[in-house]
Amino acid sequence: MTEPALELIGIDKHFGSNHANKSVSFRVQRGEVLGLIGENGAGKSTVMNMVFGYLKADHGQILVHGHEVDIKVPADAIAHGIGMVHQHFKLVDTFSVLENIILGSEGAFQLADRLALARGELAELSKAFGLNVDLDALVSGLSVGDKQKVEILKALYRKADILILDEPTAVLTPDETRHLFDILRQWRDQGRTVILITHKLKEVLAVTDRVIVMRRGAVVADLDTAHCTAEGLAEHMVGRPVILQVSKSVAVPGGDVVTLEHLSVNDSDGIPRVRDVSLSLRAGEITGLAGVSGNGQSELIEAIAGLMPISHGTIRFRGQDLGLGGSAESVRKRREMGIAHVPEDRLVRGLIAELSARDNAILGRQNDPSFNNRNFLRPSAILNHCRSLMASFDVRPSRPMQAGGHFSGGNQQKIVLGREMENAPAFLIVGQPTRGVDIGAIEFIHKRIVALRDQGAAILLVSAELDEILMLSDRVIVMSQGAIMGDIPASQADERQIGLWMAGDHKVAA
Amino acid sequence: MSRNQSLPWWVEIGVLPVINLAAAFIVSGLVMAALGHDPFEALGLMVTGAFGSADSLGYTLYYTTNFIFTGLAVALASHAGLFNIGAEGQAMLGGLGAALVGLVISPGLPGIIAIPLAILAAMIFGGIWGAIPGWLQAYRGSHVVITTIMMNFLAGALLTYLLVDVLIAPGGGTPESRSISENVWLPAAHQIAQSLGLELAQTPLNLSLLLGLFCALGLNIFLWRTRWGFSLRAVGLNPHAALYAGISPSRMTVLAMALSGALAGLVGANEILGAQHRLVLGFTGGYGFVGIAVALMGRNRPTGVIIASLLFGALYQGGSELALDMPGISRDLVVMIQGLIILFCGALENIFRSPLARLFAAARSTRAELTGTAGG
Repeated sequence: MTEPALELIGIDKHFGSNHANKSVSFRVQRGEVLGLIGENGAGKSTVMNMVFGYLKADHGQILVHGHEVDIKVPADAIAHGIGMVHQHFKLVDTFSVLENIILGSEGAFQLADRLALARGELAELSKAFGLNVDLDALVSGLSVGDKQKVEILKALYRKADILILDEPTAVLTPDETRHLFDILRQWRDQGRTVILITHKLKEVLAVTDRVIVMRRGAVVADLDTAHCTAEGLAEHMVGRPVILQVSKSVAVPGGDVVTLEHLSVNDSDGIPRVRDVSLSLRAGEITGLAGVSGNGQSELIEAIAGLMPISHGTIRFRGQDLGLGGSAESVRKRREMGIAHVPEDRLVRGLIAELSARDNAILGRQNDPSFNNRNFLRPSAILNHCRSLMASFDVRPSRPMQAGGHFSGGNQQKIVLGREMENAPAFLIVGQPTRGVDIGAIEFIHKRIVALRDQGAAILLVSAELDEILMLSDRVIVMSQGAIMGDIPASQADERQIGLWMAGDHKVAA
Repeated sequence: MSRNQSLPWWVEIGVLPVINLAAAFIVSGLVMAALGHDPFEALGLMVTGAFGSADSLGYTLYYTTNFIFTGLAVALASHAGLFNIGAEGQAMLGGLGAALVGLVISPGLPGIIAIPLAILAAMIFGGIWGAIPGWLQAYRGSHVVITTIMMNFLAGALLTYLLVDVLIAPGGGTPESRSISENVWLPAAHQIAQSLGLELAQTPLNLSLLLGLFCALGLNIFLWRTRWGFSLRAVGLNPHAALYAGISPSRMTVLAMALSGALAGLVGANEILGAQHRLVLGFTGGYGFVGIAVALMGRNRPTGVIIASLLFGALYQGGSELALDMPGISRDLVVMIQGLIILFCGALENIFRSPLARLFAAARSTRAELTGTAGG
């Protein structure tokens, strides 16, 4: 039997009192695609960061091709043939693709010599792997999918034969994802090794040969992908049976609650982000807004919430023109009218990390007379409100005085969701409801969104997870480059079609 | 990992500042010893110089009052995420406002009306001087640190011009105004004591100290018990989330700077209405800048600001006594001690944090292991 490409033996890591990795051991063979899955905080990124030299293990050994190695910094890992593609790309925007690829391995005194040399090598590599990127293009002008190709080329150029990818598909269209998987398979067939860190079970089943499941810092399962099901994997991740499919009745849509007429939104630099969008959102219906991140979804929901000014068109709520927006005043007015908003990035907008859960639970409702009496806050009313919110949305730990930033992602999201939902809003905007949220909490959050719909609220759901949109929505809208590409009842939605729309292919729209 | 830097609250507000302070004193002591002075003697002289008699205590508390106002001013702005370096200039304007009322007011007006009027003028003048950089930051994007520094120079120039050319006492040869009318003078501590039948040494300590303590209490209530305070802190911690909550960061910025300036302006009440009784050049004496250190050391909490103000008040007073009593020690050495305190308690406040946090984390995990074995 040949030596495994990478072997970890008894890797242990503490952060203060937090035991992030508990004696983690596993092997990856040559010519294998390994899936490394687990919930947030399960320790999967920690262990890979140790393999790549960002962190140092307290105990344990790392073996590459059977030899124990001492990896102190990423350069050591690269020298041992390990490459890593991060979730957030580490590229210099103002450099060309070629310059980015040789960054850190310039070697020669004259940059031009090296660039010329690299150009030849890269031409071969990209042809061999189907990674077609213009080497002279500026990285800032590339699509997300192309940036990822640059990262992979970078690893290839450094002669990596073990490639670690951290959540690589988060920013890709379904089509780009398929293309990435083709590359990974090709990589594997050449006898190289891939470690895929992900939380998308479907992708694990699609591309990996073997799966390691981690939970609370320890490896809890090491399985052959061929014998796995999504439910089985989820159960290993969470430690209890999980229902992945939310059960919901057929929607009974009511009248239009929100109407957008020829809406356009420019960002602060004057660049159009939303182009001529007309849309009505009905009571008792979940409208899912699909699209690759950065195609105008964020700007659309911020404009509806009043956070961004619109440049053209009208937004009507129950027939009433909401005006331009883009000021604190407009946000406040819209909130008072019954528009609730769960922002896409809870730590940027939804929560103040330093403030207690108690204070966060009234964020946006600080003017509500039930929480202040002639401008003076009512501490006991606020505390009671937070307690009941924590109880009804199952926030753990139920400590109102704990700082918002010290809750787990799922519990932070429950605080925000609870705050926005509790007043039975007529219209709820939900951005990325389950981003960075544990599987156990996802189930709960999905149920509450559907329950709000059943109470008759109109809901606009934006998510980077197409599966989430397809599962929760009654109607699916697809955006690309700021415009609506397609609009289809969820029951008739077909993933291939939606993928084409996401890629901006308007002609296919029937 | 910043998350592992969390310390119990009593360490944060009790132990850490004491360690920082001790470090500052140890380094000061070493410098003094190197210069051939006995550090313990010097420390003893400073303490008695600051607290040893009713006379010295009066001066200490008089300086403390100024630091309370500027410390609170800087602290308030910090809660809105603003670094107000302009307390010095705002204090100058506050003094100008108070003096103008004192110069033009009818001497027949009863003090109960005249004094609040003069104090209000100090707050309004200081407040406007603070609100201008606030507005420039909120609506024109000029950074408040730069503009407040500039406004300090402008305030100084304005005061010099007024005192040299406009407000100078008729026939006077020094740049100071004539005396302000007596009905706006704040009662001094010894006068109050006298009316109660007590004998107290004559010091510049006056009613402003109570005003300062009242402001600290008021700021506490404002920040943590009112919706404006809530909104202001929300803007300071996360302006994006504040906007999402319907709070206007721009408006809060102007409000915070105006209130901060008003607090700093009250130095004018202590100095002009309580002690000098005329407008003089340089009456702010750097209190505005030391206020930054006071707020830093007091962790931007009103109670902390009071304690830190007392410390700096004692240093000011004890330091000048020390310079008088130990001929070899110059005023500069006292300034150096103050500098070291600012350095250790402000700029270097985190150097003892990591080791302390590690100590606590270790203690916690040992405790957890012990209880774990006991329970399992």
